[in-house]
Amino acid sequence: MTALIQLENITKSFAGVHALTDVDFDLHAGEVHALVGENGAGKSTLMRVLGGEMRPNAGRTLIEGEEIRLAGPTDAIRRGISVIHQEMALAPDLSVAENIFLGALPQGINWPRLNERARALIERLGFDISPRTQVADLAVAHQQVVEIAKALSRDVKAIVFDEPTAVLASGDAERLLEIIKGLRAEGVGIVYISHRLDEIYKIADRITVMKDGQRVGTVTPASTPVEELIRMMVGRPLSQLFGDKPETAIGEEVLRIDGLTLPNGVRDVSFSIRRGEVVGLGGLVGSGRTEVARAIFGADRISGGTMLLKGAAYSPRSPRHAVKQGVGLVPEDRKSQGVVLDMEIRKNATMAKSGPITRAGFFKPSAERSVVERLIRSLRIKLGSMNDPVSSLSGGNQQKVVLAKWFNADPDLIILDEPTRGVDVGAKTEIYSLIHQLASAGKAVIVISSEHAELFGLCDRVLVMGEGRLRGELQPHEFKEEKLLTLSMTGHRQSGTEGRA
Amino acid sequence: MTDNAATINETPARSRFNFGKAFRQYGTVIIFVLLLIVAQEQSDAFLTERNVMNVLRQMSGIGVMAIGMLFVILTRGIDLSVGSIAALGSVSAAVLIQSYPLPVALLMAIGIGAACGLISGALIAFFRLPAFVITLAMMTAARGFALILSNGQPIMPGPAGAPLQAFGTSFSLGFPNPAVLMIGLFALAFIILNYSRFGRLVKAIGSNEEAVRLSGISVPWYVLSVYVISGALAAVAGVLITSRSGVGSASVGAGNELDVIAAVVIGGASLMGGRGGVINTFIGVMILGVIGNIMNLAGVPGYHQQVYLGVIIVVAVLIQNGSTLFRR
Repeated sequence: MTALIQLENITKSFAGVHALTDVDFDLHAGEVHALVGENGAGKSTLMRVLGGEMRPNAGRTLIEGEEIRLAGPTDAIRRGISVIHQEMALAPDLSVAENIFLGALPQGINWPRLNERARALIERLGFDISPRTQVADLAVAHQQVVEIAKALSRDVKAIVFDEPTAVLASGDAERLLEIIKGLRAEGVGIVYISHRLDEIYKIADRITVMKDGQRVGTVTPASTPVEELIRMMVGRPLSQLFGDKPETAIGEEVLRIDGLTLPNGVRDVSFSIRRGEVVGLGGLVGSGRTEVARAIFGADRISGGTMLLKGAAYSPRSPRHAVKQGVGLVPEDRKSQGVVLDMEIRKNATMAKSGPITRAGFFKPSAERSVVERLIRSLRIKLGSMNDPVSSLSGGNQQKVVLAKWFNADPDLIILDEPTRGVDVGAKTEIYSLIHQLASAGKAVIVISSEHAELFGLCDRVLVMGEGRLRGELQPHEFKEEKLLTLSMTGHRQSGTEGRA
Repeated sequence: MTDNAATINETPARSRFNFGKAFRQYGTVIIFVLLLIVAQEQSDAFLTERNVMNVLRQMSGIGVMAIGMLFVILTRGIDLSVGSIAALGSVSAAVLIQSYPLPVALLMAIGIGAACGLISGALIAFFRLPAFVITLAMMTAARGFALILSNGQPIMPGPAGAPLQAFGTSFSLGFPNPAVLMIGLFALAFIILNYSRFGRLVKAIGSNEEAVRLSGISVPWYVLSVYVISGALAAVAGVLITSRSGVGSASVGAGNELDVIAAVVIGGASLMGGRGGVINTFIGVMILGVIGNIMNLAGVPGYHQQVYLGVIIVVAVLIQNGSTLFRR
């Protein structure tokens, strides 16, 4: 039997870095083929290749046995491949029917007929949504139904779902799985990307595991227990980059969080952190790590729970307030949140704290220069001149400028969100030693990272989040990626088949 | 000689000559020099002291408004209400002079302008409404207030206004007083933008607002401030215009907002925020003034002048963005 879709030896690199190396993937009509792997394993890149959004550097694409080269997403759609992305691609101000037939609207539109066809498609999915409703007024789950109806309207052979349930409440997720089962019964081939292993075990016929841009293997759920699957995702041992953690004296408590609840899905998170401690915040992207960090930093509103900072009640209304109280944040996205790229290194470094180097609101140039010189020396930032824009630096040195800003502001609690993302290995090691330096200077440090090895190498203990909740805490003797992933994905401490529940 | 001259001097190691960067940096100056050469060729009357002083005096209102506009544009905003606030400043100065001591009356007129800016600024900064729409509304409303206050008639302040008119029509240090005031305000703005925390943050906000916010800085207060500054300076411009003519009028500054924005843009500021300098803005104002002046001297009819002006603005901006053209 020929596969519906066959990807052979797909290789894709960005700026010399291999995102996909020699990956094979196939999909049959009437099956659900799950694709799993850690963040950055290459799942989404592979699906972009399949959806015609990216052209591979090497490899063949076959649809129903015939080799083709996809010219673009429209070409893929024409050949019956639809990709449903996490961020939905609907026009919010248009009606349901208009969205479903967008791109395929006839010259003269017969509205009653179009609406009737839209209704029929939605009913086929077992829903009742008026085709005249504006998409913006629909709940997320219903928007997803519209996306699926849109794919069905185009005589689809294969649908790729990229983490569809990440945005859904559990009841809606159940219904989505039912829809997918229905589509499978109609002979549609389905690629299902998800971090929720329990769902995958419920629905998948086959599972392909990816890691570091390569296919680790393809298995069936029946023959593979959860712990085996996770071992495949985690793979090889990791190199030692982290240097020796200096012995630091653990001091008094800096922050205590009790029952923190946020409007964006974080529920009932409680923990505390003391001076000299480096605490990791792990879990998958979207598990609520960044949201917790932003709440502590006053960047987002909280809807419930209490925080104590240095023993006093703390409810930051804004980052300004948080900084004043001695909290610093190295944000996740350096370029859009961490630095002002076009502005001089010197000005970025003194942005969070300029009191001592200004008089009546005006800078004292020599005082500023000497402060910045000291920062450049102690963080070993490699630069031409402190008056060059930050954009002239490499990623690692840009990140050091963000760190310099907070070294200068000297907070008691510093939160680092993905501190080494997009940073080369040499600079990574230096950033790790700077983090150790912060801890030994008596700061409380929270590190968020998707690189588990980084968390284990840096942290005294790791808090694990999953689906907006704090799922547990790992001590150094438990620092195993399997443990972390199992805890984050299933909420269970022991990895094992009971994790499916 | 721009604000960033120091930057370049300190990095001789890597100063490969870069056309794009040079144009962005000095484009405005180059245009201005070219224009002066053309002007000199066109008319002997151009480089006479009398004519130069005339240009400076004529442009003093636009220049003062351009300072405020520069601050607003640096934050990635826009202020369409400056012309109308100038009218309100002009009328209220003329009215208030008749019942209050001169300095008090002028301060009140400027305060009214600042209050207009405060209203726009608060709506833009705290309610996150689009600057274009809010200042468009203020443009209509402020002009309306000026018309109400003046009852649609020019207001002669009478003898109380005499000292103001005396100021507006006489000279200090060899320059017309309004021009001296404009240049003084440009100098002050230069110092604030380049050496104060406020100026630095205004530029940073236009460049990356989120990074500034996450550095623990209260962005809305800075955004609010630039509109207050713009409003106050627009009122100052209105008072300046009144001081030259001796009459307060609700038609002062009509359409000026566009000249002001043109001057700032010709001066190389980016409407996307974060980029622009005080000296270049001053030159932008002068370019605008000289273009009008040359065409007058050369006897170009008024309607044609507008067409040429449009073309010249496009050419100026093209040269400013030389970097993007060269990249292709």
